[in-house]
Amino acid sequence: MQAKIPVTVKVGYHVNSNTPSDDYLIPLKLTWISTGALEAGAVTYPKPSLEKYEFAEKPLSVYTGNFELVANFKVAANAPTGPGAAVGKLRYQACSNKACYQPKTIEITVPYQVQ
Amino acid sequence: MSPLRLSTAITAAIFLGCFLQGCTSGPHTVRAATVKASKDRRDAPEFTLKDADGKTVHIADYRGKVVLLDFFATWCGPCKIEIPWFTEMERKNKDRGFAVLGVSMDDEGWEVVKPFLAELNVNYRVVIGNDETAQLYGGVDALPTTFLIDTSGKIAAVHVGLAGKKEFEDGIEQLLQPGGIRRDASNRMSLPAFAIRTK
Repeated sequence: MQAKIPVTVKVGYHVNSNTPSDDYLIPLKLTWISTGALEAGAVTYPKPSLEKYEFAEKPLSVYTGNFELVANFKVAANAPTGPGAAVGKLRYQACSNKACYQPKTIEITVPYQVQ
Repeated sequence: MSPLRLSTAITAAIFLGCFLQGCTSGPHTVRAATVKASKDRRDAPEFTLKDADGKTVHIADYRGKVVLLDFFATWCGPCKIEIPWFTEMERKNKDRGFAVLGVSMDDEGWEVVKPFLAELNVNYRVVIGNDETAQLYGGVDALPTTFLIDTSGKIAAVHVGLAGKKEFEDGIEQLLQPGGIRRDASNRMSLPAFAIRTK
C-alpha cells in the first residue's frame, strides 16, 4: 500500500531535496518512528528541480511549492484488524535566495485501518 | 496476508501540511544594515562560549574594538559567500582595532565546524553558539545574521541574510573612525551612502 504525503513549501522558499547538490547541504528525509501493524518500505521522493540561487555557483537540487512523498507499507501477516497509525519524522532545511533557516524536524502521523 | 486488508481509504485519510515553521521574515525582506546613531544603540548581550581551543570567549573581551559578530552554519549557502569577505576584512583591519567573531549554529559542533573553517581558510576566532545565545540576539532565525558592534560594546548595525560586501566595509569603516566620521585622501569628510537620510 502507498500513502501519499502532500507537502507545501511557502512561496519564495525552497528545501533541499533528498539528494542535495553538495555534501554540506541537509537533505529532506522521512523516517518512521513506529508503524504499528504495518511494515515500512521505501519512501519515494519526487524528482527534484534544479534551481539557481544567488548564493550558489551551480544550480541546487531542491523542492519548491507543492509536492508529494510516497510512503510504501506492507501489512504484517498477523496484523490485527482495526485502526492504527504510522508515526514518522520529516526533517528538512529551508532557505530563501538570501538566507537559510535552522533544520527542523516535524512529526507526521499516517492513520490507517486494517480490515 | 493480502495488502488489500489495509483500508484503501488510507491515502484519503492523510492530510499533512508541511508548512515551513519559523520563517518569520519574508523571503525577500532581507534587511540591510544601517549604522544607527550612537543614542539608538543597545548593548551587545553578553555570552560565554568556547572557541576551537576550548578557551572561554565573552563579548566583553572585545570592548574597545569594532566587532563583526557573524552567526553562521556550515549548511548555510549564503554564509559561505560572506565568510571569505570576513576573512579578508579581518586581515585588512585587525591592526586597526577590528575583529571578526564567528558564532557557529551547527548542532554537530566542532566535528563539522573545524573542517569547514579549514576549507575556507578562516583566520578569525569562532565559537560554537546555542539556542540561548541566539535568543539573546533576537532569535537569529535566519542565517547568516551579522551584527556590527562598536567600540563601546553596543550593536550599531544588523544584517539579516546575505548582504553586500560593500555594506559591511562601509559600516566597519564608519565605526573605526573617531566619531563615526570618515575622511578621504584629500582629508574631506565623507559618510557612507546608507548613513545619509534625505527624509
